[in-house]
Amino acid sequence: MALVTYREAVARGIAQEMRRDESVVFLGEDVAAAGGVFKTTVGLLDEFGPKRVRDTPISEQAILGATMGAAMAGLRPIAEIMFSDFYAVCWDLVANEMSKSRYMADGQVSFPLVIKSGNGAGLRFGAQHSQDISNWAMAIPGLKVVCPSNPVDMIGLMAAAVRDNDPVLIFEAKGMYAEKAEVPNGEIVDSLGKAKIIREGDDCTIAALGMMVPRAMRAAEILSSRGIEATVVDVRSLVPLDVTTLMAAYSRTGRLFTVEENPRLCGWGAELVSIIVEEGFEYLDGPPVRITTPHLPLPAADNLEDLALPSVERIVSTITEGMKY
Amino acid sequence: MTFTTDPLTNPPTDSLSTADQIDLYRQMVRARQFEKRCYDLFLQNLVKGTTHLYIGQEAIATGVSAAMSEGDYTFVTYRGHAHLLVRGTPMGPILAEMLGRSNGLMSGKGGSMHLIDASRGVLGSYAIIGAQLVIANGAAWAAQYKETGQVTVCFFGDGATNIGAFHEAMNFAVIWNLPIVFVCENNQYMEYTPIRSVTAVDRPAADRAGAYGLDPVVVDGNDVEAVYGTAAAAVHKARTGGGPTLIEALTYRHGGHSRADPGKYRPDEELQAWLAKDPIPNYRSALIGRGVAERDLDLIDAQTRHEVDEATEMAKSGGLPADELLWTNLWSDGSSGWRT
Ligand SMILES: Cc1ncc(C[n+]2csc(CCOP(=O)(O)OP(=O)(O)O)c2C)c(N)n1
Ligand SMILES: [Mg+2]
Repeated sequence: MALVTYREAVARGIAQEMRRDESVVFLGEDVAAAGGVFKTTVGLLDEFGPKRVRDTPISEQAILGATMGAAMAGLRPIAEIMFSDFYAVCWDLVANEMSKSRYMADGQVSFPLVIKSGNGAGLRFGAQHSQDISNWAMAIPGLKVVCPSNPVDMIGLMAAAVRDNDPVLIFEAKGMYAEKAEVPNGEIVDSLGKAKIIREGDDCTIAALGMMVPRAMRAAEILSSRGIEATVVDVRSLVPLDVTTLMAAYSRTGRLFTVEENPRLCGWGAELVSIIVEEGFEYLDGPPVRITTPHLPLPAADNLEDLALPSVERIVSTITEGMKY
Repeated sequence: MTFTTDPLTNPPTDSLSTADQIDLYRQMVRARQFEKRCYDLFLQNLVKGTTHLYIGQEAIATGVSAAMSEGDYTFVTYRGHAHLLVRGTPMGPILAEMLGRSNGLMSGKGGSMHLIDASRGVLGSYAIIGAQLVIANGAAWAAQYKETGQVTVCFFGDGATNIGAFHEAMNFAVIWNLPIVFVCENNQYMEYTPIRSVTAVDRPAADRAGAYGLDPVVVDGNDVEAVYGTAAAAVHKARTGGGPTLIEALTYRHGGHSRADPGKYRPDEELQAWLAKDPIPNYRSALIGRGVAERDLDLIDAQTRHEVDEATEMAKSGGLPADELLWTNLWSDGSSGWRT
């Protein structure tokens, strides 16, 4: 065991896979010599050399095009899109090309690739460098989408993503880069499409993703001191979505609260609520409630950004209120 | 129209044997007759959706393909039926794909604009302008990384030179010295708008080459041997570590942009002038002038008619894709589920 930051876990996950498989290559802006603007890829160039770890121009379409084409021709590339907001300038490659081509070709080609990016709020970057866009990705058939909430998951899910033969988008919660956790030594390999129950309680289920997971846990502790026992599920993977685990937790507790960093409309929680209502109506003890960022661009000022994101206090008060039903 | 001389090397036309020349003729005729049949089937409402014909431009795919080797990669646009044919994909499965039949190249799930034949290195036809340029770089990168010696050829239209992906792709290919040949098929028009009316320079690809440290290469895209010579030099350069080439091939589509577009926005003199430069009858005359027997060429025409008829029968005989196919091959394990 050793203390590892969420930031270091990114490089560790990539390095673990690059050591194992020569066909794994890594590209992005400022990722090689500089080790990434968030320092998530420090050491990769030194260990694997400039043939496998490559700096690119500021050309997001060229980066994702090269990633897709290389995957089609036998490599297993990992690309960085520096801030997930920048997907907006290369979304064709994601939404029309790498996601649809295998289906259109009825299986003639596959796309074993990973795209990782810093995602979401917490660093006061303002609206164009802070949005959680994981729900954009979830809306595209043909993409797998994971959002690790801690260093161990980061390594394990990175490994699972690299070994998977389909396009996987990894969203790194950039507000959590400095968070530390004890990480076991040796290889860590997780699996995609698995949510994790990280706290058990009989009164309600809180489903949270990415940076919202530790907040949901702190809220659950406070609720516990007030007599409400929550099950907390770390959703981890939006596609595939682990409906089995989520449904089991919800049906046992009869109540669902989601904690989502994305703006309100069409967040992952909306999909989850519709599933549990359609498929588990009989278990409902009260209305499912979504706790999200409001449907707004994120402001930059400390207090306004904090106000916009679901806070521990807002989670506690919303759940306390919801439980009265 | 004037053509700049090819700064790569002069076309090695004399390296084409008579058999090679006859094969160039055959490939152009196959492309032409195939596209005419697509058009007929479209008018009969058997080809669904939309379709973009290559009639008039056949010398480009034919000449370039002749310069490529087995195992090389091809990327192309929605106007790409001929590009598969010349790489060896049989007519039947392409036609069946356009008819939406289960014996289609992609079981009917792709359609006219999305043809792909990975077994022949055709890693796709792309319908979003410019996308294939950046994607083709990736295939070239993989070949470079694995040192396989494969060359990637990426075709695109004149219209694509005004989209950002073109410019990102050129710069990227040059800085990574990728084994790739970009072929701009300048047929003078986007859909309905003349390219010169929306472009800051006269030659939409070649005049941009210098910005990426590339030589401006313009070739008569209706002269199959000139195309072959230029492409052969570019492919050789790519294969021997010399990096990318951007070729602008000047040509014209005889018909409209797509479907039943009659192309009325084009001045008649312009159309007539280009019809006079039709690559196929001109090459036929040239071959006869060099002593090829006319009946040998007639035989090719007849054989091709037979090939197209057979392909049509094959395509029409295909059943509709089974309902189950809706649910297959989104993911690499063949499935399409989004939940566990
Ligand atoms: C990004 C994008 N914008 C617009 C279109 C619609 N569109 C389809 S074909 C076409 C014209 C393209 O012209 P060109 O690149 O010259 O190719 P050509 O059709 O002449 O072969 C347009 C505008 C598209 N498919 N993709
Ligand atoms: Mg054009």
